[in-house]
Amino acid sequence: MSAAAPPTRAEYCVVACAETWRGNGEVLASPMGTVPGIGARLAGRTFSPDLLLTDGEALLVRPDGTPEGWLPYRRHLEMVTGGRRHVMMGASQLDRFGNQNISCIGDWRRPARQLLGVRGAPVNTLNNPTSYWVPKHSPRVFVEKVDMVSGVGYDNAAAAGPSATRHHRIPRVVTNLCVLDFDTPDHSMRLAALHPGVTADQVRQATGFALTVPADVPYTRDPSPGELRLIREVIDPDGLREREVGP
Amino acid sequence: MTDKTMTPEEAVAGLRSGMTVGIGGWGSRRKPMALVRALLRTGITDLTVVSYGGPDVGLLAAAGRIRELVTAFVTLDSIPLEPHYRAAREKGAFALTELDEAMFMWGLRAAANRLPFLPVRAGIGSDVMRVNPSLRTVTSPYEDGEEFVAVPALRLDAALVHLNRADRFGNGQYLGPDPYFDDLFCEAADAAYVSCEQVVATAELTKEAPVQSLLVQRHYVTGVIETPNGAHFTSCAPDYGRDEAFQRLYAATPWPDFAARFLSGDEKTYQRAVQAWHEEQK
Repeated sequence: MSAAAPPTRAEYCVVACAETWRGNGEVLASPMGTVPGIGARLAGRTFSPDLLLTDGEALLVRPDGTPEGWLPYRRHLEMVTGGRRHVMMGASQLDRFGNQNISCIGDWRRPARQLLGVRGAPVNTLNNPTSYWVPKHSPRVFVEKVDMVSGVGYDNAAAAGPSATRHHRIPRVVTNLCVLDFDTPDHSMRLAALHPGVTADQVRQATGFALTVPADVPYTRDPSPGELRLIREVIDPDGLREREVGP
Repeated sequence: MTDKTMTPEEAVAGLRSGMTVGIGGWGSRRKPMALVRALLRTGITDLTVVSYGGPDVGLLAAAGRIRELVTAFVTLDSIPLEPHYRAAREKGAFALTELDEAMFMWGLRAAANRLPFLPVRAGIGSDVMRVNPSLRTVTSPYEDGEEFVAVPALRLDAALVHLNRADRFGNGQYLGPDPYFDDLFCEAADAAYVSCEQVVATAELTKEAPVQSLLVQRHYVTGVIETPNGAHFTSCAPDYGRDEAFQRLYAATPWPDFAARFLSGDEKTYQRAVQAWHEEQK
């Protein structure tokens, strides 16, 4: 792709994911998925140079791949509880208070569709900021009530008490259409930004619950020419981002 | 010192139906697959399997050997959903204790340290508590008064793990980037069986690798089993990577066909059948 071509939807998604880690300081950016991975490396190479990144396995690496530390799963799981981490997980279902499900669809005792299991979603959500990435925004993902609470949302954290709320925070949800957050009085989901070319109505129709939509919704910012060059030529020259998001 | 070397058959002869068996590795990474295959050749069943699940769980589920599974996930990594595990769960084939990844680790640590539980800040607020009604919480006795999940010890009757090297006495070594939790599995178990790519003399273990790579200590180990390519088709870095082509075959083939072609003989027969299949693909 020519460096002069206008940003694609996937590139807006990369920028929106990268922004998730802005101002986080010296913490581990833990992206799950292709676009969040590109976003984290973009943030690390530009406006958040102190972020820690992994190679997706057991090494801490600089954005250019130079190892700078060891983070096998056991240390990673313990690091979560220390809180110096901001993870961006996937979600098979998300509800209006940010409860996330990656475990199964249907009745847990005998699911219609077994998915991954809760993985580290319970420990992540109670210990460090947890954002989400949804590459296909649809009413199947954004549901009124998730079938199995893997990642804890604001309502369930509040009901579980101070130990659950103490470090609980869901900064944002990035999708192929928009950016969502929970900046409302009751911590229900709100439309925070639209990717250029998307309307609020499109987001409403793709969301299975009533979403708070402010009168003026900003657009996701454009990537700078330097950021576009980094994305296209350095971080993701094979264009894997386009496969995850689509044109 | 006691020579603990044994065959895969001798190792699984130490297991019984109804046991709680921990399986090391993680997802589709350094799983003791040769030991799982040996287990499949016995009539042992009704197992409670404790595993960061991968194709070990898939094989045992497909063969109907699991009564209860304790896990945080089951995945083939490059193929996110394990098809045989999925099918078994969707049929309600066995009971599930679904824990968070960190709860699982602290459960192993509690068992290794002979504690009844360890407190974790994970689980409350999530449906892990709803689907595991026997989980209890514990309140801090200090002024913070916080409430935590008391993760019960995951004590094991037996552990099966696979490492890169070991000596005859049970000192086990990992050479890849991640030890996973294999030492904890061994320490949480009454009997631990360590398969490895190669059994070497004790002095060889530290000739080229640092002493910190000696993950498993012999006083926790019951048996040492030399099974070259014994983690196949999962990864066993740096000895070999995951056999992605074969894993795709495993995931796409109806279980009876896969079992008939690859699992009807001993380990050598399995390895030869895998080689023959790869030859056919050329």
